[in-house]
Amino acid sequence: MIPALDVIILVFLVITAVISLRVRDLLSASMIFGAYSFLICLLWAEMGAVDVAFTEAAVGAGVSTVFLIATVFNTCRNSSD
Amino acid sequence: MRIFGLLAVIITGALLLYATADLPTWGDPGSPANASPISQYYITQIETDTHVPNMVTAVLADYRSYDTMFETVVIFAAGIAIIGVLRGIPVTRKSLGSRGVQKDCIIQVTCRLLIPVIQVFALYVLAHGHHSPGGGFQGGVILGASFILLALSRDLDLALKRLSEKRFLILSASGILLYAGVGLTAELLGGNFLDYSILHKITLYDPIMARYWSMLWVEIGVAMTVCAIMFAIYANLSSRGSLKEGL
Repeated sequence: MIPALDVIILVFLVITAVISLRVRDLLSASMIFGAYSFLICLLWAEMGAVDVAFTEAAVGAGVSTVFLIATVFNTCRNSSD
Repeated sequence: MRIFGLLAVIITGALLLYATADLPTWGDPGSPANASPISQYYITQIETDTHVPNMVTAVLADYRSYDTMFETVVIFAAGIAIIGVLRGIPVTRKSLGSRGVQKDCIIQVTCRLLIPVIQVFALYVLAHGHHSPGGGFQGGVILGASFILLALSRDLDLALKRLSEKRFLILSASGILLYAGVGLTAELLGGNFLDYSILHKITLYDPIMARYWSMLWVEIGVAMTVCAIMFAIYANLSSRGSLKEGL
């Protein structure tokens, strides 16, 4: 549990979360959500929870991002707010 | 109105940050997660009870296997719900083929080389879940993702020829049937539901190794369901329920 690495990853986590909510283009929002998943996977792996990190990498940064992008392709691409 | 939302978020965030001051330090042996009697039982007794080195898999698939069974049922229900919702909506927008996405040669060849490797790795993660991180759910997701990669790099039709709708529905249902079947067999032999040690009567193992191998069977059941449902959700989401034309 390295404190400096923790702080850096957490700062990026907050930045990606805020950007993913604020950006207008939904396709970019899904991709940034995938980046968020990857960062939290790194956080869990660094804390020693390797099973959880494995699952998050497979589901969050893999399959869930594909589902979101498939949905964005089939509905509208610009957020209305 | 949005200022109230912002205020609510700021107050909740401040309260949560204030509460983190009370959390135990990382790796503290006196924390409630480490020092409670049940954690001590798991940490000391899993190796003698089940011979499985990976404690996470042992707790998920043996001590708490009831919860894992219903997790698998929830995944199955989510897949069926997505199929049910998308199947009833008539496709009124323009055809997806007018998007003009070219099929690239480099991507196709690379994916064609990668997909068998990914599938073998998924089966390795499933089979080696007792000793390394992984297990049924992770292996199933990677296996489902390999089919999604096939559908993305080539055509949804090609992936559906490999894993047609009838096949993936049967696969997902039989995964849960396998899981519940192991539990029911344990109950029919006289033990409790999902009490694996009683299964040593019909296999050639002693009670401890019967738990070891039954964990592998239930993980295979979970992987079958998860793989089929991941591909089912992708196939229905990308073709808007019609399974005719993918992304």
